[in-house]
Amino acid sequence: MSKLLMKGNEAIARAAMLGGCEAFFGYPITPQNELIETMSHVMPANHRVFVQAESEVAAINMVYGAAGAGGRVMTSSSSVGIALKQEGISYCAGAELPCVIVSVSRSGPGLGGILPAQSDYHQSVYGGGNGDYRVIVLAPASVQEAVDDVGKAIQLAEKYRNPAMVLLDGAIAQMMASVVLPTQPLPRVDTTSWAATGDFKTRGTRNVINSLYLDPAKLYAHNQHLQAKYREIAKNEALLVDHHPDHHDGAIIAYGTSAKIAIGAAQRLKEEYGIKVKCIQLRTLWPFPKQALREAIKDMSFALVAEMSMGQLFQDVLAFTRSDTVIGYVGKAGGEIITSDDIVNGYLQQMGGEQIEHSV
Amino acid sequence: MHPEKIVFTYQGDGDLASIGAAEIIHAANRNENITVIFVNNAIYGMTGGQMAPTTLPNQVTTTTPLGREIITGAPIKMSEMIATMDHIAYVERCMAADGPSIMKTKRAIRKAFECQINQEGFSMVEVLSSCNIGWKMSPVDSLTYIKNTMTQTFPLGVFKERKHETNH
Repeated sequence: MSKLLMKGNEAIARAAMLGGCEAFFGYPITPQNELIETMSHVMPANHRVFVQAESEVAAINMVYGAAGAGGRVMTSSSSVGIALKQEGISYCAGAELPCVIVSVSRSGPGLGGILPAQSDYHQSVYGGGNGDYRVIVLAPASVQEAVDDVGKAIQLAEKYRNPAMVLLDGAIAQMMASVVLPTQPLPRVDTTSWAATGDFKTRGTRNVINSLYLDPAKLYAHNQHLQAKYREIAKNEALLVDHHPDHHDGAIIAYGTSAKIAIGAAQRLKEEYGIKVKCIQLRTLWPFPKQALREAIKDMSFALVAEMSMGQLFQDVLAFTRSDTVIGYVGKAGGEIITSDDIVNGYLQQMGGEQIEHSV
Repeated sequence: MHPEKIVFTYQGDGDLASIGAAEIIHAANRNENITVIFVNNAIYGMTGGQMAPTTLPNQVTTTTPLGREIITGAPIKMSEMIATMDHIAYVERCMAADGPSIMKTKRAIRKAFECQINQEGFSMVEVLSSCNIGWKMSPVDSLTYIKNTMTQTFPLGVFKERKHETNH
């Protein structure tokens, strides 16, 4: 396997194409532009579909159409653009269409800025579309993890017939790093039982893609079916990585770029202060690895959440762990990247303190 | 995804001329090899009779109780607008108001699908149709209204003549 030096956005695009993505629909927005730029030539060159849509709304609805027709489909965008796609994501979830959404987040709210942030945690994990739906959210912390997560997102989307999102920030997308790309397309799940492919005559049954249920009893049954599926995903797919299995004094909980920095901060806490703190990197944000996280911090008096947002992750960690462990928070949002100093100082200042509600 | 399959949309005036206006214009501009059946009854029928972008001047709807005024915009002529795109295959406006006009509409729809089968590109048939409940008229009066009133604003005819040239 040869390593290539490549920008995050380009690597994600090439990984998707090599992984067997058949159609891509995108719309320009910084900081994910190199992704659609790469797709614009690698997809047609490999006899796949590429459309630069007229808007994010159009792009996600093209995803709905192409996924409904049985295609392996992807779109990408950033913060404000993902906000526009939310209605379509809810439709895809409602109609149980497998699709991959790459979200390269920038800072917000509103137009915000184009520099990295993790303020789209709520947007990704809880969504802004209507209804009781869930989107699988994978959180890579490096270009290689992003490449791997694109393949994983394709597989999870098809396994569960559900939208899957890869959430990263502009730092990873704009970073050049050495990567190993996939060498062959991922195995395909059979879609003939549900995909609307216009094969009524040969199949003998009609496949209809729809999210409208005017009969409340049928819609309730559909929602119960979706919830059962979500429980299955939560049981099977929640994932975290403990970067310091032999450290037990405390923990730093983070994902994405913050986790990368937290690994170094944990190292410094050990070397400079003799405190053995483990970095726990959340690899899936939905399903949230509740059980594994509770287990990992249960005997600790203190754990620090480090995030590039204003307490969004902190809130969930506090709610999901429900333990005597005091949960601290360190973070910033606006385009500045959290530093090792921020995390080390945050840890030292808050350890030994009482539980404070850091979020609003 | 399946270029060998026949693909068509069936869209009302709220969908095609308002909330989905950007999408239909760009689908036409990409000369997608699809057929669009555009049902224009100048009102939002399914939601209970509100103003549509195609609602006629002075027409009473549940959101224009005193009649549509120009401050809310003029009726959008989608067939004329889409026909400005030189490279598309075929655009015609018909009506479903009596036997002969329905037969003419049928022939237009057939022609639109032939365009698609022959890979000529984007084809659209606009059909002026009635919504007697939303218009608060008898079914017979509403057919007369299509013929005598709607066609004043939305003239019938071919706006993009089929050239039988394969585009795809």
